[in-house]
Amino acid sequence: MSCKELRDKIARGEVKSVAATEAVFGSIKKYEGTIGAYISTFEKQALAKAKEVDARIAAGKEVGRLAGVPVAIKDNMCTTFGATTCASKILENFHSPYNATVIEKLLAADAVIVGKTNMDEFAMGSSTENSGLKQTVNPWDTSRVPGGSSGGSAAAVAGRMCFAALGSDTGGSIRQPASLCGVVGLKPTYGRVSRYGLVAYGSSLDQIGPVTRTVSDCALMMNVIAGHDENDSTSVSEDIAPVCDYLARLDEPIDKLKIGVVPGLNAGSDSDVQKAIAEAIEVYKKLVAEVVEIEMPHFDYAIAAYYVIATAEASSNLARYDGVHYGHRTERPADYIEVYSKSRAEGFGKEVKRRIMLGTYALSSGYYDAYYLKALKVRNLIRGDFNNVFEKCDCIMMPVSPTTAFKLGEKIDDPLKMYLSDIYTIAANLAGVPGISIPCGFDENNLPIGLQILAPAFTEEKLLRIARMFEMQTDWHQKKPTMPK
Amino acid sequence: MDLNQRGGFASLFIYTKREMAKKIDEALVRKVAKLARLELSEDEIEEFTVQLSAILDYMEKMNELDTSNVEPLAHCLPISNRFRDDNVKASLGTEKTLANAPQRDGEFFKVPKILDEI
Repeated sequence: MSCKELRDKIARGEVKSVAATEAVFGSIKKYEGTIGAYISTFEKQALAKAKEVDARIAAGKEVGRLAGVPVAIKDNMCTTFGATTCASKILENFHSPYNATVIEKLLAADAVIVGKTNMDEFAMGSSTENSGLKQTVNPWDTSRVPGGSSGGSAAAVAGRMCFAALGSDTGGSIRQPASLCGVVGLKPTYGRVSRYGLVAYGSSLDQIGPVTRTVSDCALMMNVIAGHDENDSTSVSEDIAPVCDYLARLDEPIDKLKIGVVPGLNAGSDSDVQKAIAEAIEVYKKLVAEVVEIEMPHFDYAIAAYYVIATAEASSNLARYDGVHYGHRTERPADYIEVYSKSRAEGFGKEVKRRIMLGTYALSSGYYDAYYLKALKVRNLIRGDFNNVFEKCDCIMMPVSPTTAFKLGEKIDDPLKMYLSDIYTIAANLAGVPGISIPCGFDENNLPIGLQILAPAFTEEKLLRIARMFEMQTDWHQKKPTMPK
Repeated sequence: MDLNQRGGFASLFIYTKREMAKKIDEALVRKVAKLARLELSEDEIEEFTVQLSAILDYMEKMNELDTSNVEPLAHCLPISNRFRDDNVKASLGTEKTLANAPQRDGEFFKVPKILDEI
């Protein structure tokens, strides 16, 4: 059942939110030991909220747009309940004094928050293997990664351990795990969803978005979380880009849809991925879409630019973890310098250290121009590619990931190889444009494949309708993994 | 590290494992770690020297592009600074602010002394 169906049934009193919430916790109890999607769960609090929503419905009162629907959130969004760990030892016992804006919005919409999901530490990674707290596996094959960094959210949605989840996407961290777990994941336009209370990684790239079973659920979640927030100076005013009802015209196909395809780009993917993407585009062609060949001459340079910019921003953002005001502090520092350097050494995992080092180097005197400034210029060229391309087409289609879910441990010792697997997703973050991953097939090992659709900034409404056109023609989104015993 | 294992990677992954000019040596890694206030073990220094060199070598790819006439782009937003009135609002308060302190002393964050005995 989708969130939308569940919400409507709960609102009509046909299904109790308490029953739905109990069912979700039943699945969590059954599968969590194997899947490892959650860092924390809130059964008592969730059931209390569900009961309260049911009571309000029984009394004929108004309820919110996610009334009684059990949802999960990535553990890098601040909550006043439970810890906000970012899957890092340095924040393992951090209890936020405030809620992130998206959390306030979910609660105001009467969602039932069941737990906080695992991730790569500070959202740095593409497999969730960099979590400092636990391992998450892919529900489709437990010997494989769920993708990352929002791997816990994607695994929880795919494993039916919640109805929908929030993730965050700095270089593909919503879309790639959604693709690898066979669910829908949307990275909205930068500035569309408030980042207030999202633990910062790469501030000019980070964006919160939904991970859901269907495109309609994604639209429903966007209706709840999108919009301007005075607490986030980079959230975009609605005078510039008004938020609309993403569900209102969702089922209306786009007339004269023009799909941009970069010739040769898919050749970097596994043959099963190439085949699934080509077949997906055929589905659109049958719906009378036109495919136009486009050029993105600077796409090749996105990974290099991204890993300079993201790590530079990270090294600056993570300077706040100094063992002074909150977070881990080393036991017996010899002097005040060791409060910083030892606390950080003990609290951060290897990938986080690596990125802090890379970013500090790129920003350091003598290297700034060669790396950081150069990367910002390349970023401008990449954005220019998107601007040019979107004059010729409504959207761009390509794979999300060059491979399906890879084996646990396969890439963990080779950081560069891991970085290169982000090739298709990071350009959207550099350009700030929205992108969605929708299920479009399976490989020979029965592992899900995602189709990525990228669209111009602030056209989420159209992007979701384009994705929905495909969903109405296919049943990939209805496939579920056989859950391990 | 075999980045060309997938044949026909178009122009995407044309990154050949050429003999790497060492971008970074152990001394530089130590210096950067100090700047980042990050204590690294000897093993980590050795490992990062190799890995960061490989990553920085890959980043050289950007130099294929002539960017002499390109402006740097720090963010993609169609917005500029917005100002609001300077109104007094409720703040977190002492207790909430200190709740996560590793060590506190009354209403203060406690840290090891930073000055030697006078």
